[in-house]
Amino acid sequence: MSTATSTASEGKHYLNAKHTVLSWLLTVDHKRIGMMYLVSLVVFFLIGGAAAVLFRLELMTPAGDLLRSETYNKLFTMHGIVMIFFFLIPSIPAVLGNFLLPIMVGTRDVAFPKLNLASWYVFMLGGILAFVAIVGGGVDTGWTFYTPYSTMYANSNVILAVCGAFIAGFSSIMTALNFVVTIHKMRAPGLTWFRLPLFVWAMYATSLVVLLGTPVVAITLVMIFVERAFGLGIFNPALGGDPVLFQHLFWFYSHPAVYIMILPSMGVVSEIIACFSRRRIYGYKFVAYSSLAIAVIGFFVWGHHMFVSSQSTYAGMIFSFLTFFVAVPTAIKVLNWTMTMYKGSISLEAPMLYAFGFLGLFTIGGMTGLFLSTLATDIHLHDTYFVVAHFHYVMVGGGVMGFLGGLHFWWPKMTGRMYPEGWAIFAAIVIFVGFNLTFFPQFQLGYHGMPRRYHEYPADFQVLHIMSTAGASVLGFGYLLMAGYLGWSLKFGKKAGANPWDARGLEWETSSPPPTENFLVPPVVRHEAYAYEFESETSPESHPSSESSA
Amino acid sequence: MKSVFSLLPDQASEFARQIDHLYLFISAVSVFFVLLAALLVIVFAVKYRRRPGDKRPEPPHDDSTLEIVAGSGLLVLLMVMFFWGAKLYFQGNQPPKDAMEILVTGKQWMWKLQHPNGKKEINTLHIPVNQAVKLTMTSEDVIHSFYVPAFRVKNDVLPGRYTQVWFQPNKEGTYHLFCAEYCGNEHSRMVGFVQVLSQEGYEKWLLSSGGTAAGAAAATGGGAAQESPVDAGARLFAEYGCATCHHSEAGALGPNLAGTFGAEQMLMDGTSVIADENYLRESILNSQAKIVAGYAPVMPLFQGMISDEEVTQIIAYIKSLSTAGTDG
Repeated sequence: MSTATSTASEGKHYLNAKHTVLSWLLTVDHKRIGMMYLVSLVVFFLIGGAAAVLFRLELMTPAGDLLRSETYNKLFTMHGIVMIFFFLIPSIPAVLGNFLLPIMVGTRDVAFPKLNLASWYVFMLGGILAFVAIVGGGVDTGWTFYTPYSTMYANSNVILAVCGAFIAGFSSIMTALNFVVTIHKMRAPGLTWFRLPLFVWAMYATSLVVLLGTPVVAITLVMIFVERAFGLGIFNPALGGDPVLFQHLFWFYSHPAVYIMILPSMGVVSEIIACFSRRRIYGYKFVAYSSLAIAVIGFFVWGHHMFVSSQSTYAGMIFSFLTFFVAVPTAIKVLNWTMTMYKGSISLEAPMLYAFGFLGLFTIGGMTGLFLSTLATDIHLHDTYFVVAHFHYVMVGGGVMGFLGGLHFWWPKMTGRMYPEGWAIFAAIVIFVGFNLTFFPQFQLGYHGMPRRYHEYPADFQVLHIMSTAGASVLGFGYLLMAGYLGWSLKFGKKAGANPWDARGLEWETSSPPPTENFLVPPVVRHEAYAYEFESETSPESHPSSESSA
Repeated sequence: MKSVFSLLPDQASEFARQIDHLYLFISAVSVFFVLLAALLVIVFAVKYRRRPGDKRPEPPHDDSTLEIVAGSGLLVLLMVMFFWGAKLYFQGNQPPKDAMEILVTGKQWMWKLQHPNGKKEINTLHIPVNQAVKLTMTSEDVIHSFYVPAFRVKNDVLPGRYTQVWFQPNKEGTYHLFCAEYCGNEHSRMVGFVQVLSQEGYEKWLLSSGGTAAGAAAATGGGAAQESPVDAGARLFAEYGCATCHHSEAGALGPNLAGTFGAEQMLMDGTSVIADENYLRESILNSQAKIVAGYAPVMPLFQGMISDEEVTQIIAYIKSLSTAGTDG
């Protein structure tokens, strides 16, 4: 691939191909769209994070002294809506997936580039509506919009927020559709299904969940709209409706949505662990199929959110039983990643530290899920801080750690610059410590009976709340630190070669950053995925060590 | 309340003790696997760290044996959790026959509680120790959830239907009562206490005309604080003319209600249903929904003509007909 290197030296790539603002806003280049998503998601993450800082400060004391209860309720709602619909769900697919998936399958762009650009506009429209709902008075229903509170009792901008989430859903659908078609139809010659990187498998499984699940939540949100706006009785018993019906419809999407948030992260971690262990993933096929298994089983467990919501005892038993089956492929994946390291050649750069962080936190998140799938313990733990801690371990400890690991891993590819390694390692450790200090005490709070979404609480719980708030400050500092050095590296970072990690995969065979057309010569795949046992085909002078001397 | 740093919180019922056993079992399994994973990752990261001049490692041989063995082993462990949890859950949904029934109404943002003798209170529930207590709960507005951590029990409280929760305290004391389902502005103030008294203490408290009962009566707008739900139901049963059709003599237009509660009812469409609180509620408010076989659909619909509280009282009366007057 000496051609790729020669382009890099000519200095034409997707970032400097055109310079106007309009060239970004009207681009159909999947890489530029991925970067636009990255910028938007950072903004949403800051908004959601700021809300969390404010309510964590309130929770330092048992009395509601910093914020009024309305404000507190609006803040946790905003945190949930923004983080779930406008950060976690799009995070890896829309940023890393958009940027990498076409390159990983060896093609020039996604199947429908204009649809891809449309997805960003649709996403921003949804985001702006949600933002207007927030600044124009707020929403206080919780991100779950439970009825009949949301449809008949809440005095806040429910309709606007529901519209925002509804519209944003279409952008997920557009992205997912693009990925499915691209993976099916546009793979490079020689790139069979079982030569695909596991990241691509994860994107495929995620896209199926998005395509099948999102329409259901869209319909559900429309039902909230018509009941609230026109008084058409669907969920409110006073109008002949059924409030628990809403929970069934909502969780039919929102439980699989957990897998929308975690499967992509699993894909990222597979790439990182293989690269930094210099070894093909242990049980490649098993990991690939387990993503699909999780995606499928994930659609049959929604009722475990309703063990104490008047669902029949027998339905509860069936949902509990099925839920345990999700745990098996998930646990085996952790085993596969660990076994990949066995007899590997391991180096500990920041992406690998994030992968370790993922393994530790996600394992805790998964194991604590067992307390909640077990019927009897869930009776006690449902709607307490135990649940809050559990899903943060899964979605932040798993989802966000994977996203950050991937961001560092592919940062040289996306920007053409290396991030500063020392700072990155420091920030990864700060984030790991801060995260655990924030959320581990919440397991204990939950088992001792502290209910979630409480503005005030009995004084006995205070010590653990203070620990949690202290942890949140450490965590926030870690994120800001990372934003700082990543921003710095855009201008001052060391120039990255085509393959700075000596990694395998088509994205490392083109220059960093890639040219607009991704590959100057259409690639042909001759190896299995993760062929780390062979020397790289990327010319050695593109390694940073040798490049600096060139 | 025990310190939040103690392993387990206050245990005030046998059920709580059993839940804690299961909790400790799952905790032990979790701690074991988390430590095992962490240990392996650390050991491998150190032992197989990359050294200058290292050869490229061999790719793994994947024959799926490890995955299948580990997966099956794990599944066995998970099934232990499932059956153990399901057994306790089932038990937690089956109140004993002799349980004392207390009516609970949740509303933004308070708990209204009524004892079998008609005594009402708000936010503090007084109950005798070692007596099984069954709460029949409904909500006047949004969804709430009745949660007493010391008993390890919780159940949502829904508008338009009845749900149940039961417990048998085995230790006198004062325990937290929380609303666990977010219900609006003052959700975190929809809290109170469960006060577990000795048998004598409870009897004494029942007979006292303390501020609580009077306050409760005022707050709920009822002057009938001391009329028991069953008596009120009997009065309403007569006032609404229910007895005109629902009687035991030949030619009655409606089914005789003695013995109805808890029994299986054959319906006109050939199906059958157990006559629980929710069935009775539906049959009063929307009588055409499920007609008992052999009767004509002639009962008027009471939806909108009768308050939630009155429905609950009439149901209490109908239930008393099935327990041969021992109730209340």
